[in-house]
Amino acid sequence: MKKVLYTLVMVCLVALCAKGKTIRVGKLKPFKSIQAAIDFSVNGDTILVDPGLYKEKNIIIQKSVTLKGIGFPVLDGDKKYAIISVKAKNVLIEGFKLQRTGRSEIRDLGAIMIYDSYKVSAINNILDDTNFGIYVQNSKKCTIKDNSITAYGKNELQSGNGIHCWRSDSLIIIGNKIKGHRDGLYFEFVKNSLIWRNVSTKNVRYGIHFMFSNRNTYIGNIFESNEAGVAVMYSKNIHMYNNHFLNNWGDAAYGILLKDITDSEISGNYFTKNTVGLHMEGCSRINLYKNTFNNNGWAVKIQASCDGNDFTGSNFVGNTFDIGTNGSLVLNTFTGNYWDKYEGYDLGRDGIGDVPYHPVSMYSMIIDSNPAALMLFRSLIVSLLDKTEKILPGVTPESLRDDKPVMKRIPL
Amino acid sequence: MKKIYKYVLLDIIQNKIVLIYTFLLLVISFSVFTLESNSAKGLLSLLNIILIIVPLICIIFSTIYIYNSSEFIELLVGQPVKRKSIWLSLFGGLASSLSLAFFVGVGIPILLYHADSTGIMMIAMGLFLTVIFVSIAMFAAGIIRDKAKGIGLSILLWLYFSLIFDAMVLFLLFQFQDYPLERVMVFFSFLNPIDLGRIQILLQMDISALMGYTGAIFREFFGNSLGIMISFAGLFVWVLFPLLLSLKKFKKKDL
Repeated sequence: MKKVLYTLVMVCLVALCAKGKTIRVGKLKPFKSIQAAIDFSVNGDTILVDPGLYKEKNIIIQKSVTLKGIGFPVLDGDKKYAIISVKAKNVLIEGFKLQRTGRSEIRDLGAIMIYDSYKVSAINNILDDTNFGIYVQNSKKCTIKDNSITAYGKNELQSGNGIHCWRSDSLIIIGNKIKGHRDGLYFEFVKNSLIWRNVSTKNVRYGIHFMFSNRNTYIGNIFESNEAGVAVMYSKNIHMYNNHFLNNWGDAAYGILLKDITDSEISGNYFTKNTVGLHMEGCSRINLYKNTFNNNGWAVKIQASCDGNDFTGSNFVGNTFDIGTNGSLVLNTFTGNYWDKYEGYDLGRDGIGDVPYHPVSMYSMIIDSNPAALMLFRSLIVSLLDKTEKILPGVTPESLRDDKPVMKRIPL
Repeated sequence: MKKIYKYVLLDIIQNKIVLIYTFLLLVISFSVFTLESNSAKGLLSLLNIILIIVPLICIIFSTIYIYNSSEFIELLVGQPVKRKSIWLSLFGGLASSLSLAFFVGVGIPILLYHADSTGIMMIAMGLFLTVIFVSIAMFAAGIIRDKAKGIGLSILLWLYFSLIFDAMVLFLLFQFQDYPLERVMVFFSFLNPIDLGRIQILLQMDISALMGYTGAIFREFFGNSLGIMISFAGLFVWVLFPLLLSLKKFKKKDL
């Protein structure tokens, strides 16, 4: 009987050990510094950090530990160092306030740096005044969730990106709030990732910027008032659903700029109050449906270098120009959209206009070839020319038209 | 002079056409603001009215009024009154009564629905265009004796400022497409009060970003307070120049 009991206790102990022990860090706790606690820990341990100010130069995590803050302890980089560097798998960092990272011309310094890892999570942290916020390099299956990332970038050269991911796979980035960085989100060579419900605002350059990042899905993100809007390039199989692109107003600002994006789907997005809502260059085979374009300067600018793109079931309301293009070659289709400038009729009462709609106005073609002509914006001569062009198309591409324009606004 | 001015003013305010004009403007402005879902769009529709209808009504009404009051002018010339004061009080009466009509018809609705810098600029430009086109009407009526010809000339002048000038600018733009014309365009805009007013209003409307490089140059020039002062000065010149020309003519005119 005694032997059995002994074995049972042993089994329990082993089980507990496997679960890991808890190490406390704080002023009155066994460990005063986080780095010391990490050095003491073994894989699977949990390190709990009490509130307080911790000034430790670049905490390096090389074990699979869980690092949790109680009441947001402050980790300060003293404007000189990176704050946490993760070089192990299965690490969780949660509930810290990370502030004042350094900035270097040679190395990228950030609040949470994740190098060559697997299953690392950064959840519910507050990042303030960081150069780079969260930096993921060559890692897989990392989760970045509910972080609030704020910087006070003045110009593009002096600041870093909010969430910067390079050469990674299967990332999950959810519910982060990013503000004031160079690019809110930046991906280069990132695959199979999900970007969901992030809010990226007031960044010095782009709300999101990605290149060579295939098979990613973007859902329900908000990109607002970024200096140059959003720009994404050289990627395939992109899925964008229900995102908001708002208030990117300026000489070179785009709601979203797509360059060399192919085989993708863009649906249910809102483009509101941008100088150019959607700019497409060299894009092929993109399905754009059920999008809403409200109060933009140009709702869509589609260069003649695009082909096989399909616009259906979208609303175009209150835009100064619906579609702008730069040539007469049209390899894209527009069907069944609602255009508030449509003046046709519907004799059959089937909700579809009987005459095609030409969304490219003559004046937008004139401006494209001769920008100085904007002096005549909204003058009588221009409206007259536009009206004549609508009746007898000469300058505008005849084949760029919607044969089945919808009479009433599509409920989206 | 004060007496003549008062008489002209009262005469015009009681005029049926001016009353209808005021009422029409009022109806249009209110319907535009109540029909459009957002007031910014309503403002845009009003822009066309300010730039096209207001100058047209002002120039034609003023021309006809001056011709119709030729007997009254002859009578006054017989009195010991300076010709200058007769002509100027005629101008003052026309300008202030039509301005009043514009202010009641468009200004008050704008102030009610959209009283920001854009709205204020719109009212200012509308008032300026009213006065300028009265002044141009005085010029047309001053240099031509025949009523039919005079009205023809004033319609032609309106057509020139609202259509032909812009068409010529467009033509020039395409002829000299290869040259940087942005700064030249700023100069051109001063040659036409309607263009000047339109650009000022558009810049206030926040759509300057649409204009890219051209817009940047326009904003650089017109956007700051100095630019606004210069363009207001330009509009003042547009008021004074035709008026003084016609005054000079009227002084020596054989009635």
